[in-house]
Amino acid sequence: MSLRRGERAIEVLLFLCALASVGTTAGIIAVLAVETFAFFGEVSIVEFLTGTEWTPLFATKHFGVLPLLLGTTVVSVIALVVAVPTGLLSAIYLSEYAPERVRRVVKPVLEILAGVPTVVYGYFALTFVTPLLQQWLPGLSGFNALSPGIVMGLMILPLVSSLSEDAMRAVPRGLREGAYALGATRMQTALQVVVPAAFSGITAAVILAASRAIGETMIVAIAAGQQPRFTANPFVPIETMTAYIVQVSLGDTPQGTLEYRTIFAVGMLLFLMTFALNLLSSWLRARFREEYN
Amino acid sequence: MAVSLGPNASSAGRRRADLVFQAVALVVLAVALGALAVLVATVWRDGAHRLTWQFLTSFPSRRAESAGIYHAIVGSLYVIVLTAVMALPVGVAAATYLEEYGGRSRLARFIELNIANLAAVPSIIYGLLGLGLFVRTMAMGRSVLAGAATLALLALPVVILSTREALRTVPSSIREGSYALGATKWQTIWYQVLPMAVPGILTGLILALSRAIGETAPLITIGALTYIPFAPDSVWSAFTVLPIQIFNWVSRPQAAFKDNAAAGILVLLALLLTMNAIAIVLRDRYQRKGRP
Repeated sequence: MSLRRGERAIEVLLFLCALASVGTTAGIIAVLAVETFAFFGEVSIVEFLTGTEWTPLFATKHFGVLPLLLGTTVVSVIALVVAVPTGLLSAIYLSEYAPERVRRVVKPVLEILAGVPTVVYGYFALTFVTPLLQQWLPGLSGFNALSPGIVMGLMILPLVSSLSEDAMRAVPRGLREGAYALGATRMQTALQVVVPAAFSGITAAVILAASRAIGETMIVAIAAGQQPRFTANPFVPIETMTAYIVQVSLGDTPQGTLEYRTIFAVGMLLFLMTFALNLLSSWLRARFREEYN
Repeated sequence: MAVSLGPNASSAGRRRADLVFQAVALVVLAVALGALAVLVATVWRDGAHRLTWQFLTSFPSRRAESAGIYHAIVGSLYVIVLTAVMALPVGVAAATYLEEYGGRSRLARFIELNIANLAAVPSIIYGLLGLGLFVRTMAMGRSVLAGAATLALLALPVVILSTREALRTVPSSIREGSYALGATKWQTIWYQVLPMAVPGILTGLILALSRAIGETAPLITIGALTYIPFAPDSVWSAFTVLPIQIFNWVSRPQAAFKDNAAAGILVLLALLLTMNAIAIVLRDRYQRKGRP
């Protein structure tokens, strides 16, 4: 009897640990919501979402988040422009062309790119990539969106590549064999049969990469500057949402002030954006799995 | 791209396109891997001359030449050990529940979806959670404990996912054999299933920790200091970690501090390499012992 009760207690304990993950999500939402709510008690939500000036740390304060949002978008788009074509090509090569031996070496090495700490990428962007780009683009400022965007692309390349490859490898062999039987080359099979068949899986990979780019912090905090500007020009210093949170955290902003609350409002926006992208991505992946199981 | 080579395209032309495509893909891969090599080479070029015993054993300083990284190494080790102590039991317990008890219940599916989502939440958001929850609400202050708790939450999804993977590789015949001998469910899990899953669990843990040890943003957000002239001596100490010290040096305009940052990066990369080597050795040893 006591044995059975002990078993039951253990199960409950394990269940509580599993529930801790739900608690984490709830905690994130609660912490962000409380401070964000207080923030919107003082600043109108319309100004926040439509204003094009972000100067909460200046004497004349403006709370328009659009410059941060645009800065984040510009860097992320550059990262995706770098990572999506290269990641897809790598995935096609690894899934359709590479012999197993090559694949087993290249894949882990590619994964190293994703394991490098982001502060290292920031250093690389600031001290190597920016000076290199300045040789060709004399107008490029020392802090800019282009260089961290490119380096971030390098960072998310393995994510695009390995998730797309998984999707392509899940496409049934029969489809490929059918294409080969009709006389298609490997390239035609890959581009006209396998990629379309794996399309929802590949889209899921790209969306997850976009989410990662939006939330990436240290590369932009180091190499993009700290000047919230409402511009899509990738050659000048800008500031992203994440870099702003870092900037305020480095200073000594007292708790309870409006400046302190801005980082939670910006964090809430960031969380909602990435959360939506993550959900969309896992929904697409689930749909993809259904198609072939 | 010349994708739609129609059915009438000549066979030689199609074959050439195939070769060109393969070459382009190889070049792209080579460039990506080359960039990794250039990154390491750049850091080595800038930082190698600063990697002295004095650098490893000194505290930060206003003069770049006499500044060191001792306090940050100790801080990183403190934080990472505490993170492991917190994340491992909870993560393994959660994974065990989901894999061995949860089944396909709706609640278990919801928890799974939630974990998958948490794994993709930006790390800086965890920093805001840590700031609101651990530093303020639970009044831990800007301590090693608050930092480790934040990183433990960050590492939890990775630990759970890899532990589940490890549990899944344990054949069900092991469980059935144990039940047949009269063991209860928990006895089976504790004495048979978990020991067999240890290599996978450890590999996953080290993977999660090597991500955590490189994290900068969440710790800056909870208010870890960028300049402290001492090493932590308890879990309540203020602290800094390697990546934050590197960030601090990178942000200074003087070139000498940038070299310090590069040397710091070399130390960080060496630490990561060591952790991964340990993971590989552990997995190797257990695999030879555990499996026929």
